[in-house]
Amino acid sequence: MSIELRTTPHLHTPDNVIIIMRNVVLALLPVCAWSVWQFGLSALALILTTLASCMLTERMLGKSNTLGDWSAAITGILLALTLPPAFPLWMAAVAGFVAMALGKLLFGGLGMNVFNPALVGRAFVQAAFPVAITTWTPALFDGRFSQFIPTSFTMPFTIPPAVAEWNSQVAVDGFTGATPLGLHKFEGVSTSVLDLFLGNAAGSAGETSALIILLGGLYLAARKFLDWRIPLFVLLGAGLTAALFHFIDPQQYPSAPFMLFSGGLMLGAWFMATDMVGSPVTPWGVVVYGLLIGVLTIIIRLFGGLSEGVMYAILLGNAATPLIEQFTQPRVFGEKRS
Amino acid sequence: MKLFRRHSFSHGVHPPAHKDGTAQIPVRRLPFPPRLILPLGQHIGAPAKSLVKKGEEVVRGQPLAAADGAVSVPLHAPATGRVRNLESVLTSRGSWEPAIILDVYEASTQEVLWRESRDLENLNPEALLQAIQDMGLVGLGGAAFPSHIKLRIPEGKEVDTLVINGCECEPYLTCDHRIMLEYPDDLIRGIHLAMRASGTSKAVIGIEDNKMDAVRLLQEKLAGTDNIRAQAVETKYPQGSEKMLIKSLLGREVPAGGIPADIGVVVNNVGTLAALGRLLPRGEGLIERVITVTGPGIKRQGNYLVPLGTPIGFILEQAGYSGGPNEFILGGPMMGPAVSSLDTPITKGTSGLLVLNEPQVREESRPRWACIKCGHCVTACPMHLNPAWLGQLAAAGEYAQMAEAANLNHCFECGCCSYVCPSNIPLVQYFRMAKAINREKAA
Repeated sequence: MSIELRTTPHLHTPDNVIIIMRNVVLALLPVCAWSVWQFGLSALALILTTLASCMLTERMLGKSNTLGDWSAAITGILLALTLPPAFPLWMAAVAGFVAMALGKLLFGGLGMNVFNPALVGRAFVQAAFPVAITTWTPALFDGRFSQFIPTSFTMPFTIPPAVAEWNSQVAVDGFTGATPLGLHKFEGVSTSVLDLFLGNAAGSAGETSALIILLGGLYLAARKFLDWRIPLFVLLGAGLTAALFHFIDPQQYPSAPFMLFSGGLMLGAWFMATDMVGSPVTPWGVVVYGLLIGVLTIIIRLFGGLSEGVMYAILLGNAATPLIEQFTQPRVFGEKRS
Repeated sequence: MKLFRRHSFSHGVHPPAHKDGTAQIPVRRLPFPPRLILPLGQHIGAPAKSLVKKGEEVVRGQPLAAADGAVSVPLHAPATGRVRNLESVLTSRGSWEPAIILDVYEASTQEVLWRESRDLENLNPEALLQAIQDMGLVGLGGAAFPSHIKLRIPEGKEVDTLVINGCECEPYLTCDHRIMLEYPDDLIRGIHLAMRASGTSKAVIGIEDNKMDAVRLLQEKLAGTDNIRAQAVETKYPQGSEKMLIKSLLGREVPAGGIPADIGVVVNNVGTLAALGRLLPRGEGLIERVITVTGPGIKRQGNYLVPLGTPIGFILEQAGYSGGPNEFILGGPMMGPAVSSLDTPITKGTSGLLVLNEPQVREESRPRWACIKCGHCVTACPMHLNPAWLGQLAAAGEYAQMAEAANLNHCFECGCCSYVCPSNIPLVQYFRMAKAINREKAA
């Protein structure tokens, strides 16, 4: 017989980091599946490329073998889902490297990063490859399971081929390559909210179907693997801001439902703003953080040079987190409300 | 609004109860062990002063040691026998402390042969508090704080309500549950005595709603009494912490850094008051208690009445336990310390002996990750602290900052934060360490 000595408490919840991360991956799989269904082989190759790039970078540059905690896999998948489906694969690999190396490992690895690593990677390629990252392809084109979109296999350090002509050849059912937000911003064309909700639209690889994202997010919220208050307040902040501008000028500013279900807002609100490491831990901090991201997203979309603003809104939210936490420390039990 | 609200507090956790193995088994008496180990400091405050010499014969019930000052209580002989020695022993606190070792007479019938008769009906509150001190009573819920101090209302404070803690929120433990079911009359008598001693006009027994049989029984027994009531509260850990229970029952918050008397409340545990109601009228001292002997390592689980000083090794022999790597915990799994020796004795504050064996032990030695700032600890902390931040400060060695900026000293080490932490960070242990270091620096 041996006597074990451990400190209290002697009981623990069965949940741990691995279980949380694995479930996030699980919740992202349907989003990946929808992406592959919409964009075919190119989307599949994109997801596999960023996944491999992120995991390889973590393995090579990380402190110890930390692949088992699944966090590198999450970054890899999320990164692919934010990129255009036909994004050249070599650029995607660069994005994955930057995401892990600059976004996470430089800060000290899991738990130490300030920003969401996937968005750091995306922000980098947004700046480095401005054309490729705004080159969209139509969804559901014929032959998407037998051929790649031409840009996918661009040789490294060369300019991707123009795909406008290819787009017009494969476009079906009125789908063009342009995203709903881009269409609205630059061409004044609106997309139906139902199509946006179900995912019948062009866009980044994993952002098109609000429904599938919502299902994954609700699953994680139910298992307490994400804080439901974050997406709630992000969407509330975005919805109210959009509604306010729509009320002021319905002609110029799109409606709140359009804003909520278009672009990367759903994916960002449920899967990226909720990244535990970069979001506040305090109850009121979560509210402030969520609203900030929601409001900023709409402001950037309406008044910035880009058609989409979720990425920068979340990165700014991440940056503001330490400050937000400082001002939202909980009231200790028994202390007078001031 | 109050009508629909479940009586509870915010935050806390819901660990699995593990009470089925013992909750339905009536209290049994264990045989007397051949030897008792009786530390003189079984309570918070100054250790008792020994009244006996090596080789002296003592009878069950007689005082062995006297209270040393106001915040101290005497110790009575749990068995008839002979004092073997006065020596230092390893206690559940992990420190060596003076103790009386008593060889128990095998042939003795072990009847209580020493009593102090009092005219209970005519004692004034002051004399009643003195009698409570003389019987050696301390909080039996685990804290072992002298009861006469707890029931004495500090100068200048007005107290109206006696809260009786029957929550037993720790998993595995069922001794308070059994006491409520089997000794309700003792408990009610004890409540009346405690109300007299503390000068409170109302009393409310708070019981977690996983023990509705006890709630109903006490409600029946109290049917004609309108100033004492039994109230079900939500089953949630740490409901049995006095600040949380007062909030749940009365909606009042003990001020941060304050005591219940600041808001007109005094709290006692059901086991303590049942002992008071049983022993004081008979003039006996506290010489035995009910403990829950449980856990997957125990063959015959149950609630046992044991003499104070019984070594846990003897209890294990009697209850039967499977070998292998074991963790022996005195009290519940959330706050009870693990002990390193089977000679560790049961003392006044020991509410249970929990043996966790191999599967749990292995599950516990899980890998540790960096804090991923999930905030689960913040949502769990019943004191509304920020354990994540405290943990970061502890890792950086910022102990002073923890106390000054992050309210470390409001932590009462309930363990909710460590319980929920997905990175398996031993937060409570960090906080305990930080407090000890701060104390040392201040000294």
